[in-house]
Amino acid sequence: MLVRSPVIAPQAPGTPTTPPAAAGAPILTVADIVKRFGEGQDSLLAVDGVSFSVAQGEFVSLIGPSGCGKSTLFNIIGGLAGSFEGRVAVDGQTVSGTHPAFGMVFQEESTFPWRTVIDNVAFPLEIAGIGKRERHERARHFVSLVGLDGFERRYPAELSGGMRQRVAIARTLSSEPRILLMDEPFAALDEQTRLLLGDKVLQIHQQLRQTTLLITHNITEAVQLSDRVLVMTYRPGTLKRAVGIDLPRPRTSEVVGSDVFGHYVAQIWNDLREEASRGIREDESRTLRRGEPQ
Amino acid sequence: MTLSGPAFRRFAAPALGLGTVIGAFAAVEGLIRAGVINRFVVPLPSQVLAAIPRIVAEESVPHRFWQTTQEALAASVLLVVVGIALGMLMFRFRLLRRACETSVAALASAPIVLMYPLFLVIFGRSGTTIVMIAFVAGLPPVILKTVEGLAGTRSVLLDVGHSFRLSKAQLFRKILLPAALPSIFVGLRVGLIFMLINIVGVEFLINFGGLGQLINELAERYDLPGTYGAILFVILASVLFFVVLERAEQWLLPRTA
Repeated sequence: MLVRSPVIAPQAPGTPTTPPAAAGAPILTVADIVKRFGEGQDSLLAVDGVSFSVAQGEFVSLIGPSGCGKSTLFNIIGGLAGSFEGRVAVDGQTVSGTHPAFGMVFQEESTFPWRTVIDNVAFPLEIAGIGKRERHERARHFVSLVGLDGFERRYPAELSGGMRQRVAIARTLSSEPRILLMDEPFAALDEQTRLLLGDKVLQIHQQLRQTTLLITHNITEAVQLSDRVLVMTYRPGTLKRAVGIDLPRPRTSEVVGSDVFGHYVAQIWNDLREEASRGIREDESRTLRRGEPQ
Repeated sequence: MTLSGPAFRRFAAPALGLGTVIGAFAAVEGLIRAGVINRFVVPLPSQVLAAIPRIVAEESVPHRFWQTTQEALAASVLLVVVGIALGMLMFRFRLLRRACETSVAALASAPIVLMYPLFLVIFGRSGTTIVMIAFVAGLPPVILKTVEGLAGTRSVLLDVGHSFRLSKAQLFRKILLPAALPSIFVGLRVGLIFMLINIVGVEFLINFGGLGQLINELAERYDLPGTYGAILFVILASVLFFVVLERAEQWLLPRTA
């Protein structure tokens, strides 16, 4: 397979990180987001001046070490976080709170244990007031899309962790969001399952051309799935670098074995290593300070 | 012919349960006949079984059974409606929860049955007194487990609800309540135990109503086989209630474990 060399564009923190010109107009714009927890001396600056945009149909990953504010950004964009500075816009229109354009997939297991697979997936359609027969028909399409045909009448307790996460993805997709936000949806799964579910996500992305923002700390996953990877710094979270992933589509997990893939992974790891090391050092010194006699 | 596979799995547990009961009865029978247990304190199980047709015919057991069941049904309905509603209120209003939770927990361990004179003054020597005491005695676990179930709903499920822009009522109906149901059922099970104990206890104490009164009368007459026979009917009523509750639980909480 002939793959072009990676192009890695360094970004100054706070600089808007825009999609390539060929990708089309941005559907999602995140501008100068600042999020602080607490007040006064004890306050914690979690996110500082993060700006980027995502084009229609683009798959963007936001990667960073633990504690860099990735999930905080996910909640801010999805409208679940409280007060923050900055702006989130869909098609140029500023949005506040939850917005129908977004569909969210969470890191934690989030299927409803009291509902069957089909009823879980049909949940957003039920809320929209669609009749049982029609919503089940539509939900079946999304169950099939995530490869769970035959499991419609099963309960989440009867499924594996990977299958449950696919149910959660199908449930979000059934609400037909314009932008899919995913917060480390495969974090709890083993590496092989994660790679194979990555294939499923790639298939879905190729089939629906679904605009997607994936929050992850897994470099392989980010490179395997994305058109662009945005690397974040350790606390306070800022954007350190944007890496365009120039791997051909349609992709599968086979791409993981290619040289170019390894090169992308190495480049992103170089950036992340610095940040992750800083995070560990700061955590250790904080722990030491807490342990000092008063 | 031997039972194997699914048939064995289906019948093994009930057969073992029944066998254990019969075995226990046989052991008690043997111990009494051997003189280890005084037969003037505990009657022979065979005498108890023989007394059942007699008390059914002479002491109008079906009528008394129905009376106790009616009281238990009325107290159960009150427990479900009022207990769950109060639990919801305490979950909704944090101040109310902080103000009342400790008192409700304390009430759970209080011997409510000893307050029967107060209830007699308020409601008279009637079925209402029995129902109200049983209801108050069963209330604390239902309230506490309802609050616990609602408060213990995983935050990610609420986030899912918010992300789909559910209204407060939808969030409650579609997520909070179903998520809390397993805990609510635990509260109902404990509440029903307290309720049944108090119904029979108060019937016995005020010599009014169904099976409790019958036990009192038979004990006064020193009819020990009859007394124990009547106790078996109380156990039957208790089993019936728990079977109904279990069925309701299976219907509402399908394979969520």
